Amino acid sequence: MAEAHPVGFQWVIEAKNRGAKVIHVDPRFTRTSALAHTYLPVRAGADIAFLGGVVNYILSNEKDFREYVVAYTNASMIVSEDFQDTEDLDGLFSGYDPETNTYDQSSWQYAGQQDEGQGQGESHVDRETASGLEQESHGPPIPADVPRDPTLQDPRCVYQVLKRHYARYTPEVVERLCGVPQEKFLEVCEAWTANSGRERTTALVYSVGWTQHSVGVQYIRTGAIIQLLLGNMGRPGGGVMALRGHASIQGSTDIPTLFNLLPGYLPMPHFKQHQLFDQWIDAIRHPEQAGFWANAKSYAVSLLKSYWGDAATAENDYGYGWMPRLTGDHGTYQQVLDMIDGKVKGYFLLGQNPAVGSAHGKAQRLGMANLDWLVVRDLFMIESATFWKNGPEIGTGEIVPEECKTEVFFMPAASHAEKSGTFTQTQRMLQWREQAVEPSGDARSELWFFYHLGRIIRERLAGSTRPRDAGILNLTWDYELHGELEEPSGEDVLKEINGYDVTTGKLLSSFTEMKSDGSTSGGCWIYTGVYKDGVNQAARRKPGSEQNYVAREWGWAWPADRRTLYNRASADPDGKPWSERKKYVWWDEAKGEWVGDDVPDFEKTKPPSYRPAEGATGVEAISGDDAFIMQGDGKGWLYAPSGLIDGPMPTHYEPAESTVRNPLYGQQANPTRKVYERSDNLTNPSPPERHAEVFPYVFSTSRLTEHHTAGGMSRQLAYLSELQPEMFVEVSPELAAERGLEHMGWAHMVTARAAIEARVMVTDRLAPLRIDGRVVHQLWMPYHWGSEGLVTGDSANDLIGITLDPNVLIQESKVGTCDIQPGRRPTGPELLTYVQGYRDRAGLTPGHRTPIETPRDADDGQQ
Amino acid sequence: MGSNSLYGPLDPAPDAGYTDAPPRMGFFTDTSVCIGCKACEVACKTWNAVPDDGFDLLGHSYDNTGGLTANSWRHVAFIEQPRSSSGAGTDVPGAFAGLPVGPSSVPATNVVAARAGADTGTSPGIRPAVDALAAAATAGTEFLGTAPATQASPAGGAQFLGMPMTDLPGRVNEAPRTDFRWLMMSNVCKHCTHAGCLDVCPTGALFRTEFGTVVVQEDICNGCGYCISACPYGVIDRREDDGRAWKCTLCYDRLGDGLEPACAKACPTESIQFGELSELRERAARRVETLHENGVAEARLYGNDPSDGVGGDGAFFLLLDEPEVYGLPPDPHVPTRDIVLMWKRAGLAALTMAATAVVAFAGRRQ
Repeated sequence: MAEAHPVGFQWVIEAKNRGAKVIHVDPRFTRTSALAHTYLPVRAGADIAFLGGVVNYILSNEKDFREYVVAYTNASMIVSEDFQDTEDLDGLFSGYDPETNTYDQSSWQYAGQQDEGQGQGESHVDRETASGLEQESHGPPIPADVPRDPTLQDPRCVYQVLKRHYARYTPEVVERLCGVPQEKFLEVCEAWTANSGRERTTALVYSVGWTQHSVGVQYIRTGAIIQLLLGNMGRPGGGVMALRGHASIQGSTDIPTLFNLLPGYLPMPHFKQHQLFDQWIDAIRHPEQAGFWANAKSYAVSLLKSYWGDAATAENDYGYGWMPRLTGDHGTYQQVLDMIDGKVKGYFLLGQNPAVGSAHGKAQRLGMANLDWLVVRDLFMIESATFWKNGPEIGTGEIVPEECKTEVFFMPAASHAEKSGTFTQTQRMLQWREQAVEPSGDARSELWFFYHLGRIIRERLAGSTRPRDAGILNLTWDYELHGELEEPSGEDVLKEINGYDVTTGKLLSSFTEMKSDGSTSGGCWIYTGVYKDGVNQAARRKPGSEQNYVAREWGWAWPADRRTLYNRASADPDGKPWSERKKYVWWDEAKGEWVGDDVPDFEKTKPPSYRPAEGATGVEAISGDDAFIMQGDGKGWLYAPSGLIDGPMPTHYEPAESTVRNPLYGQQANPTRKVYERSDNLTNPSPPERHAEVFPYVFSTSRLTEHHTAGGMSRQLAYLSELQPEMFVEVSPELAAERGLEHMGWAHMVTARAAIEARVMVTDRLAPLRIDGRVVHQLWMPYHWGSEGLVTGDSANDLIGITLDPNVLIQESKVGTCDIQPGRRPTGPELLTYVQGYRDRAGLTPGHRTPIETPRDADDGQQ
Repeated sequence: MGSNSLYGPLDPAPDAGYTDAPPRMGFFTDTSVCIGCKACEVACKTWNAVPDDGFDLLGHSYDNTGGLTANSWRHVAFIEQPRSSSGAGTDVPGAFAGLPVGPSSVPATNVVAARAGADTGTSPGIRPAVDALAAAATAGTEFLGTAPATQASPAGGAQFLGMPMTDLPGRVNEAPRTDFRWLMMSNVCKHCTHAGCLDVCPTGALFRTEFGTVVVQEDICNGCGYCISACPYGVIDRREDDGRAWKCTLCYDRLGDGLEPACAKACPTESIQFGELSELRERAARRVETLHENGVAEARLYGNDPSDGVGGDGAFFLLLDEPEVYGLPPDPHVPTRDIVLMWKRAGLAALTMAATAVVAFAGRRQ
């Protein structure tokens, strides 16, 4: 956190000065470790084993916050008798289909609901379209009435299922898998549990590298399970905090730049699953389900009204027919492979530098070199705009500048100081930013670019009667313009997002005012209220010293300006604060409403004693003690009966590339991970495959404080470049001795994809670990360098292949295996020969397929 | 000039002749909360338009600035410090306690390594430290076997890998590392009470401000360089291209406008604190006390004592080890401290010579 988020880290320092204990777990000793009380080195890719060990510690010592767990989680729900665990099936859950490598999830359901789960056909499609990301936020179909055992004694209740699942994740196993000495691991368990409960809460903070694994979603879920068991959700000082990697990345999923989502986490329609408007709506609201998604039609219709205004009518399903449809995986990695295959002709890149910043840099560059046209908008001339004349493939002859057919259009972009607008950061808070100066030269804002691009396209299409143009011609495309540059008004856009009554024009103050009859418009239902009372609430700037610690008059947080989500859980089932110290939101019996420091995340006047009538659905089905109001059953999920492609409970799988055989299960790696089996996307062999020893070391990559991601914004600046001027690789003294590496000498790293070179930093900050009886070395690289800028160097992401998490299609880019050798890498065509030599030794010959299902009895005799 | 101006405690601005001088301003840099982000370096350069210092990977941990120079007025030092015990005065296990040392993996790994490392066509050829092929030949092709935990470490003891050494001379510990500290410190001009640079400046380019700080006027500096040898900390430096002396001004221009210096403004963790020196000294004393109560026995202040060799620093520090570990002189003193004594000695010497001469002449007469 201190490395990548130094400004946010000031709050950790402040908490530390007030007596908080800071624990840091990381494969290498970083600037964060330097300031932590306790640092634990851990093997990259073994986090579920570590956190599963914490779950086991909590459950076997009964350290859970029992009243909270019984009231607010699904611990008491009874799971179907058909469910079989990884502990029974050697690493697979019940329902696995080796043909599609996905699960039929019906056996994972609660008892009596087996028909509700997703069949494997659906599961397969869901992986293609990353619908796990949607499910994560609005919960899959779960009927409200589920058999329960509040005593938690039933062997099939979630609590007991969870307990059995993690029973083997003992401190000994944690030490064996993660390399963490037991006493240090127990120190973490004791600190975490001792600091949770009625009187205290603990925050779990992670940076988004944690998500970049073939089991990334399950990493986060394990953290969430711990926080739920300890009662750390919905309460002040608790939570699971994702530190996002750039400014407004939270905003770019709220109003998404993702292929599978629409604003407010509404799913992008699928051509087959959602042919009809009602099919799409029902897929979001799940008619018989409880919770606030039941009003999804209001949100969806308001969104379509904001797109098409008067042209969106009840008769034409509010323009649903004009919406683009998903046909499969259109994720960024599929797109790049499609470019290589010539299926994609044109591409827009905005503020993104995939030639350096995305996994498998060579595939990125070769893909972009095979387009007709490419538009790059950035602050500086980045590698993704110059790969055709300056990339590493020029030297190897894979790209010939004279023959590269891609026409690149470079558009200079305005920086954040040159435009006004909002940032939505990790805490879901929108903060309005004023423009400081006019952009220089031809630089323009994104808003300017897209408004005027849309305007010109619509002018070109004017008068067209072709059905495919109707959606574009009918768009509402009128914003107030100002200045010589004709910059559209950002506040106008924010008002459109907020939503308004289409007859009166009155801005909505809450998403509860949205209607499903077309009488309201709103561009992102969760942002409704940001322009409440005609005031830009995101621009509020009342200093913290002039208000209480929740600081509700600074900026605006979605939804409905709530600073802590699910804060009904900060009170006990009867609505009383769990403790005076952790008082936050509670039921005021006299007033007959929820009150407190924050906006209650609950219907304001629904008493704690409210119980839904039989057969109730939607918001009415939410009971007075159902704190997790967006979940189909109102409960925090320790066990996910459906919605996740890879299983209802996190399970330790080895990374797709690992140096060790999974010590816990026959199943080596995530059996549902998304793989692209191609000759240009080879995966290093891992046990039980042979030849894993060709790539004997574990590597991880991350950022340095001094640079920003792919370096586009930092390697161009002398003041930052001088602080970290060269690509380097960090190794322990032990590994240096083993491979003959010399401090500040050269070394090169090799995987099945590439070989890159770097200067060697021998440092005590890295240490070998003992994993399953063997000593495992890890090395680490920053990924900031490329071929442009004041300081250049090889790019660490070139080493990484494309293997994705099945739920959200994020790449496994934080752990892999490689070799490291002293000296510089070969140059020119010899480089290709050199890497091919490794492939040959690793048995990655044509026709080779990475085994997905790996039962123990199929292990090679030699392994 | 006051009678005590050459040495010892005093308030420099009134001493320099300012009447109604504002309180003396300074920095308290608390290294116990420094995260090494170098925002201070960047903010300083941006505000003061200081040129970059060259793009050199120095290999001294994450320090690629190297030191305070004419082109780097803030410098963040990084000290990687392996330790054989946690040193915290507690029974908390150290960061690396219980981890293996020595060679990794397995013989099979080394076979591959030796083969692959044959010739890359580019390397002058640094040989692997372990004869992997030979080792593998004796050990067979076992892959998943247990590596012997007590195998002799090629890294242990004498093998030098080129890493910078940060221990004090004579403090090298042979025991295996179990704990580790990464110390970071943002260094800066000390704005001494008795500033050697100012005292020796022949042109008056260096002057004492009303805030008690020391500033170079670049339009007056003639580049003689006397100030460089006069600085007990080695801070002030000449720029290669123009030959003039440059250093931290404590953002004199910002102070005049009621702003805090750029580095302190940019520091996210309040490691760099700016304020009235008397208040900062009290704050620092309380901070040391708190750290001692929390078991950080090694916390100590540096440059805060008005009776030290420079009359106390306007910019002082809280350190977590001996000053030498951070590259700071343990007992700096201003050259002028010895001026009275030197003149006295010179005078005595002159007198002695004169007396000798007198005696000699007198003796000849006899």
